[in-house]
Amino acid sequence: MKIPNDVKKASTLNLIAIAILLGVVAWMGFNQVFSSYIVGIFWLSCIGIIMATSLNLTNGFLGQMALGHAGFMLIGAYTSALLSLAMVRAGVLAGDGAEQFIRFVICLVASAILAGLFGILVGIPALRLRGDYLAIITLGFGEIIRVVIQGIPWAGADGLEQGSASPVLYKTGLGFNNATKSHYMFFVALLTIACVAVIFTFIRSRFGRAIISIRDDEIASEASGIDTTFYKVMGFAFSAMFAGIAGSIFAACYSSLNTGNMGFMASVNYFVMVVFGGMGSITGSIVAAIGLTTLNEALRSFDEYRMLVYSVVLVLMMIFRPTGLLGTYEFSLARIFGRLRGKGAGNKQEKEVRA
Amino acid sequence: MSEFIQQAINGLRMGSVYALIALGYTMVYGIIRLINFAHGDFIMVGAYTMIFTIPVMLGFGLPAWTAVAAAVIVASAVGITTEAVAYRPVRKKGTRMSALITAIAMSLFLENLAQVLFTSNPRVIKASIFSLPAVQIGAVKIDGTTLATIAIAAVTMVFLQLFIHKTKMGRAMRAVSEDKQASVLMGINVNRTITLTFAIGSALAAVAALMYCAQYPSVMPTMGSMLGLKAFVAAVLGGIGIMPGAMLGGLTIGLVESLSKAYSASLTGGIITSAFSDAVVFAILIIVLLVKPAGILGKNQGEKV
Repeated sequence: MKIPNDVKKASTLNLIAIAILLGVVAWMGFNQVFSSYIVGIFWLSCIGIIMATSLNLTNGFLGQMALGHAGFMLIGAYTSALLSLAMVRAGVLAGDGAEQFIRFVICLVASAILAGLFGILVGIPALRLRGDYLAIITLGFGEIIRVVIQGIPWAGADGLEQGSASPVLYKTGLGFNNATKSHYMFFVALLTIACVAVIFTFIRSRFGRAIISIRDDEIASEASGIDTTFYKVMGFAFSAMFAGIAGSIFAACYSSLNTGNMGFMASVNYFVMVVFGGMGSITGSIVAAIGLTTLNEALRSFDEYRMLVYSVVLVLMMIFRPTGLLGTYEFSLARIFGRLRGKGAGNKQEKEVRA
Repeated sequence: MSEFIQQAINGLRMGSVYALIALGYTMVYGIIRLINFAHGDFIMVGAYTMIFTIPVMLGFGLPAWTAVAAAVIVASAVGITTEAVAYRPVRKKGTRMSALITAIAMSLFLENLAQVLFTSNPRVIKASIFSLPAVQIGAVKIDGTTLATIAIAAVTMVFLQLFIHKTKMGRAMRAVSEDKQASVLMGINVNRTITLTFAIGSALAAVAALMYCAQYPSVMPTMGSMLGLKAFVAAVLGGIGIMPGAMLGGLTIGLVESLSKAYSASLTGGIITSAFSDAVVFAILIIVLLVKPAGILGKNQGEKV
């Protein structure tokens, strides 16, 4: 297959931009330019971006309202923490430095696979329903996951949660300290960009077109020969997989895990990001994830008022701009360069590079 | 055996609370096809109203439960306002997804408003709401609160059924939930009927708040969310949009919850403990949705293409 010239140009442009971005992040991370506070916000923003873009896949592109996304994140977080704990206890790759890195990567992969599997398990029954019922059933599954993890003796109440009082979780090998977090900034940024890029290309692929057609008209797309059940479950599981990755990063970011703060409210929190940014806009999710995460941290002392303002803004947005801030707009470097060179609107093969 | 009956009666008590809340969900869903996520928070509104009005009522020398009148008025006002300010403008132009998002947002709003106004610390109702003597039947002892709760629920449901079936307003509500366009043509004021539905639903939530607080007298901003979710499960279980279904579903959920809390550990050899009881309720929801999405009393409806 011959790749058109302007597509080649656009992807080169994007690769250069990503490389510059990563280079800057890596330099800043290894030299520990930032305080631990800023590094924390950076990690949280990356988690938010992965969660929001992956949730956007289900809510915005598949058009199915899912309210249990934090449940998959929880699966990812606990898988990583427990696996890492097991490896450290068994003395496999238990050291720091490179061994820690490999251990983290193994945990990431395991979390992604397990969360994806649960996505399939939940998706097959849940996606038989639509609209409000789907929202409720995903909410139910999210709560079940939370309650079950909480109830498992070696995971929830008596297991890792003790880490919240003492630095037990540090011994799992995850729950990085500040210096390590700063060093890993580059890797987390790379992961986030990779996740966003995969989601973006997925939407532009054949599968993505099938998924978007299901959103626009399920009956019509079924009549056109699209296996709607397969594509719905696939989109849902794909989205769950990324939530698992985000959970794994979460476990590395925090020295304590608690099922309590990853329940329904956490799901709603990521859902708000998707709605703010625009359901169907990856750019919107990214902007909203960075913006809301930073605001959350900046407004810590006004925590109650913050949620009050969010809810009012959400209602106003549903009344005056139901499509979200950016609607379905996507940011494109190639298009901007095209405009700069006076070529008018750029091509369609835009790609996301902001992270 | 007597312990089993005791647990079943406890279940019925909680079930009648769920049933009243579920009625509110089901009426609103029947009429505008919206899951009113904020409904659980109307309970919280009612409970906080009672926190402030119970001392006043006691000051007048009235029994504590009369505070429910104020709770009903305040909760209805909040319900009507929510509908008029948020749901109606969205309903006019938005999709069902945006209506659902608005409902979630209103729930967040009410919870956080309560948090700002009353802080997140639980407040305790110190006066006992019903001071009735306990009744002893054989080995089973039923306390006054339980009796009052079940009786109030039964009376409320009977009155509601009479209202829905015997009055003009009730007939209008049934007509709007069956076919909105046709009822406009028949000269029914649809918006006023919807407002009335919200008022009644919220009033039921306030009565449920009285019954809940009689048993668990601690009030906090998030008390409504879990209660509301379980009552919603009850509404779906019975068949959402069907009022007898909500009552049946409520009682079933109450019984299942109470019995599973009491016996699941001994029946499964300690694998499923009472810590999982919330999961049991949601598992019921999932099974119902998969086996018969229309609910126990619901009829399956085809989809128009």
